[in-house]
Amino acid sequence: MSDVHKLTGAYALDALDDLERVRFEQHLAACEDCRGEVAELRETAALLAETTAVAPPASLRDSVLAGITQIRPLAPEIPRTTPATIAAEQRAGRRAWMPFLVAAALALLVGLGATLTQPWRSDDVPRLTAAEQVIGADDAQEVSLDLGEVGRASVIRSKAEDRAVIRTENMVAAPAGKVYELWLMSDDGTFTSAGLMPDEADQTLVLDGPAAAAAAVGITVEPDGGSEQPTTDPIALFDLTEAT
Amino acid sequence: MTDVNHVRPVPAGTPQGGPSGGDAPKLSELLNRAGRGDEAAFAEFYDATSARAYGLALRVVRNPAHAEEVTQEAYLDAWRSSTRFDAERGSAAGWLLTIVHRKAVDRVRSVEASTTRDETWNRQTAPVDHDQTSEAAHASLDAARVRSAVATLTDVQRQAVELTYFGGYTHTEVATLLDVPLGTAKTRIRDGLIRLRDLMGVGS
Repeated sequence: MSDVHKLTGAYALDALDDLERVRFEQHLAACEDCRGEVAELRETAALLAETTAVAPPASLRDSVLAGITQIRPLAPEIPRTTPATIAAEQRAGRRAWMPFLVAAALALLVGLGATLTQPWRSDDVPRLTAAEQVIGADDAQEVSLDLGEVGRASVIRSKAEDRAVIRTENMVAAPAGKVYELWLMSDDGTFTSAGLMPDEADQTLVLDGPAAAAAAVGITVEPDGGSEQPTTDPIALFDLTEAT
Repeated sequence: MTDVNHVRPVPAGTPQGGPSGGDAPKLSELLNRAGRGDEAAFAEFYDATSARAYGLALRVVRNPAHAEEVTQEAYLDAWRSSTRFDAERGSAAGWLLTIVHRKAVDRVRSVEASTTRDETWNRQTAPVDHDQTSEAAHASLDAARVRSAVATLTDVQRQAVELTYFGGYTHTEVATLLDVPLGTAKTRIRDGLIRLRDLMGVGS
């Protein structure tokens, strides 16, 4: 058994980090055995909650029941009978739901559908965004840096996709009148602007420009509107030559 | 297709029923009705599952206020996506608790720096008053069965499963906490869960 199959347990317990999860879900989409095992292990894990039951405060019930009056349940999924759907059903049997899981996790990653967790199924197979394609690529490499008080950021680069993605967590806004600018650094130390970062604490952004040959990705603080070349030392430099 | 994730009747000599046993079809029906906008059905679903949902959230995030938020978000998501629940793919309780767990884990990972996880994980095992609601008392029949299954795991398997499920740690973090190689943590988590699955008769 190859190593990837052994991640079923960790996946069922939500014990993979974002990158591992996306990759494993790509594997799941193609591996019926793992899908079946994950379903069973999730069900098993849920039984562990029998041992920790605690009655919630009565106020929670009121909040939940008041909350649902404001929310319309999603429309049901209508099975479509396009040739592609039929072919997919034949390949995957009744378990054609996993591609949506991939999409759901990816949506969380890129901050699109973060409020709606969909543990199971959908026959929809949304197209992957450019960021998702890079993050999910077989040759994706990731470098994470803790920027201290500034926050945390990771760069994921796929040579095959020729693109790099930056993902930030709790990133503080750039100072007034300034902006974070992204750079692709080549082997010889040349910096090429890869775009400006919007002021958002948590975001996933595809860098502008081809990234296959980049030796590093940098972030500098530049005057509003950005600069053609860095005017300050990078606050972060992600060394892609040592990426795993 | 039969209900592949249905929990089989428990072995002779152990109590029947419980939230994951006899009332599972009823919970599925309640969710299906909720998908058609039946708020009373959802209230009933809430009453039958909220102690498990809140208890799990509380165990993972520790802070009661955070646990309430996590539980509420999970139920609102469950209501919103109730039309997507499919009883052929698993139990309604399992479906809900998967949502709760994911949200709880997201919460602890996003507030990593705060005080919620400062305690040592050994202190997670706070005593639980099973008499607080009829559901909790009902669940305790199943809880005894789960506890006895957990007791058969090796120490490393049990710790690995508990640190991931209740601690909200990634398998990489668990490897460090238990001072074992990464591959070992991954394997122990899976082996432990598979053993529990087999002992508790989950699966087709």
